[in-house]
Amino acid sequence: MAGSQNCNSRYPAAMSDRKSGPAIGFEDVTVRFDAVAALDGITVTLAGGSFVAIVGTSGSGKSTLLRTINRLIDPDEGAVSLGGHAVREENPVHLRRRIGYVFQGVGLFPHMTVAQNIAIGLRLSGARDAAPRIAEMLALVDLPSSLGPRMPDQLSGGQQQRVGVARALAPQPQVLLMDEPFGALDPVTRDALGKQVRALHDRLGLTTIMVTHDMAEALLLGDRVLVMAAGRIVADGMPTDLLAGKGGAAADALLAVPRDHARRLAALGA
Amino acid sequence: MTGSLAEWLTDLSGPLAAHVQLAAAALLLALLIALPLTLLAARNARFAGIVLAGASLIQTIPALALLALFYPILLWLSSWVGGGIPALGFLPALLALSLYAVLPILRNGVTGLTNLNPAIIEAANGMGMSAAQKLRLVELPLVAPVLMAGIRTAAVWTIGAATLSTTVGQPSLGDPIFAGLQTQNWALVLKGCLAAAALALITDGLLATAERSIRRRKPLWAWLSLALLTAGAGAALLPLYQEDGPVVTIGAKNFSEQYILARLIGRRLEAEGYTVRYREGLGSAVIYRALASGDIDVYVDYAGTLWSNEMKRTDILPPAKMIPAIGQWMQRSSGAQLLGSLGFENAYVFAMRQGDAQKHGIRTLDDLARASPGLKLGSDLEFLERPEWASVKRVYPFQFRQMQAFSPTFMYKALDSGRVDAISAFSSDGRIAADKLTVVQDSKGAIPRYDALLLISPRRVPDARFSTALRPLLGRVAVEIMREANFLVDRDEAKRTPMEAAAWLDDRIKRGQAPRE
Repeated sequence: MAGSQNCNSRYPAAMSDRKSGPAIGFEDVTVRFDAVAALDGITVTLAGGSFVAIVGTSGSGKSTLLRTINRLIDPDEGAVSLGGHAVREENPVHLRRRIGYVFQGVGLFPHMTVAQNIAIGLRLSGARDAAPRIAEMLALVDLPSSLGPRMPDQLSGGQQQRVGVARALAPQPQVLLMDEPFGALDPVTRDALGKQVRALHDRLGLTTIMVTHDMAEALLLGDRVLVMAAGRIVADGMPTDLLAGKGGAAADALLAVPRDHARRLAALGA
Repeated sequence: MTGSLAEWLTDLSGPLAAHVQLAAAALLLALLIALPLTLLAARNARFAGIVLAGASLIQTIPALALLALFYPILLWLSSWVGGGIPALGFLPALLALSLYAVLPILRNGVTGLTNLNPAIIEAANGMGMSAAQKLRLVELPLVAPVLMAGIRTAAVWTIGAATLSTTVGQPSLGDPIFAGLQTQNWALVLKGCLAAAALALITDGLLATAERSIRRRKPLWAWLSLALLTAGAGAALLPLYQEDGPVVTIGAKNFSEQYILARLIGRRLEAEGYTVRYREGLGSAVIYRALASGDIDVYVDYAGTLWSNEMKRTDILPPAKMIPAIGQWMQRSSGAQLLGSLGFENAYVFAMRQGDAQKHGIRTLDDLARASPGLKLGSDLEFLERPEWASVKRVYPFQFRQMQAFSPTFMYKALDSGRVDAISAFSSDGRIAADKLTVVQDSKGAIPRYDALLLISPRRVPDARFSTALRPLLGRVAVEIMREANFLVDRDEAKRTPMEAAAWLDDRIKRGQAPRE
């Protein structure tokens, strides 16, 4: 990669050297909103370097679980650990700078150019010359470097989310959290961007957690799929396991929809 | 007109400087109050509700009332801490205007911050921004145009309302407006209004440019217009720093004679090297206390007013006893000094058309009382309710056929047209001479004396040069020339400003003195 040489000096853990991201552990994690349990005693360990998809309906607690990792939410009970260290021990501001975060709303800063948006994480940690890194990140998410000086509102939705991914990855996090990252995109863009993110995950050796309500997306992108309902994990397994019916009733119910679509499409074509 | 333009602007430079100083200080103070409140309110909805309700409540108080309210509040506060807080002038004006200016800034700031796109805040948090970084890098830049719009509203509003601060003794562009209003000199009113409006428009224009530039993300233009505004304010303030010599504040109540006398005093002090400021339009109730507390250095009051309003006396003494009694009371109660009488009275008098007085043979109030069953009396709006009328009735058995109250202008017109036969006038009113009226003598001394007295604040008493500069005025202002000077300002045509009338009066006093020296 063109820019990695440049980064080596400033970022000792250069992308190519990196083995894999840290493991993430949940130990009896409970979160209550007004006495309603959004997370009800979650205990699970996600292996370092894995791509985990969390699926569930609205209100199942999947976003809440994600947000306990970078402490946008602190659990009422239990502990979350990152690479074996409790996240509660760490200053949330510093913690979040080590974790990439992409969400459906994107939240590009409208008063900053695309380049400034991408460089914001570097700026926060005091890096000076971010220009080579910006070019590198634009290339990484498959955007022309001419977009750098543009303002976010001049970009399409897909381009905006690509910038969002670039912004999250610019400070070289080892963990990437994605909350319905492609939810607002058209299906073609969504599919392409999903594949590219998965490729980035593999290339950079990240630990990636992606929350989605789309079972097909979860199965196609994830190494492991967690199904959540009412604040609990109701199914957990590799995509092949779930497809083989080992996930139980809840997973089967979610699987029924894409299966039905596939069947009907096949029937139409026949 | 062009020839007098320079003069026109020179007259305004003092009030303009004071106005800009007051408005700028009030706006800065409002910002200092509103910005921290805005940040706190944006993070706490309950607190936001409370401060916004409070700021809105303040806005419901009329500006004039808010200014007036600070007088008793500061007076009370001053007595609480053992004195030293000025209750008149800059401080109450500053506080009232600042409080007023808080709301638009606060409301726009809070609305702007709470309505920021939540996704942007989520992103800022998710990227690992500290609270300070989030404020500096995201919230402030995004809320700046909205906040600037609020500041702009507050600025324009403050510049307009600052004209009202004249009423609490703070010089401003309200000085020409109120002086013009009292003396019915519309050119003067217009001058003050135009100056205040121009100031507001220029400020609004520059702040609007700043706001637009921020919105379009052109920070250079925003800084440029703000720099221009600061430079303009600085230039307007220059006259305040060009003064040399000790600064004296001359007080005046809100009618022509007071405006003229204040400037007469000012001319004499300026000739002695003092720098002079005027605090005009002060009410009878506050002006003496302003003198006693040193907020003003000198002014002219009337014996009867001090006697009844300040000393709470109801008995009537001959002037030879009354004036020394007032002087002693002042000395005792506050340390202020009664320098002496100017030589004329501004008392209630009864006036008649010359021909009528001769026809009925009326010279004294006794004569008038005898003829009263066949005569109609016109009075000003308050005379028939005042203690003077009650004491006159006790001594002279008036039985007027009819009594009717008028506003002053119409009272003179009613006498002139014969609708009434006698009126209650002020002895120094220029219209007595102009209309060739006869003043009926109070031979039994029933009406209290209203000798014009020159009063000096306690802190000026040790200043010998000060009293030496003013002493030549004592006993030199005859009622005839005071009437003429008043008439120059009060008449309907070819009106003069109080400044011009004071110059004329000064000239007459000096000419009157010349033969004696």
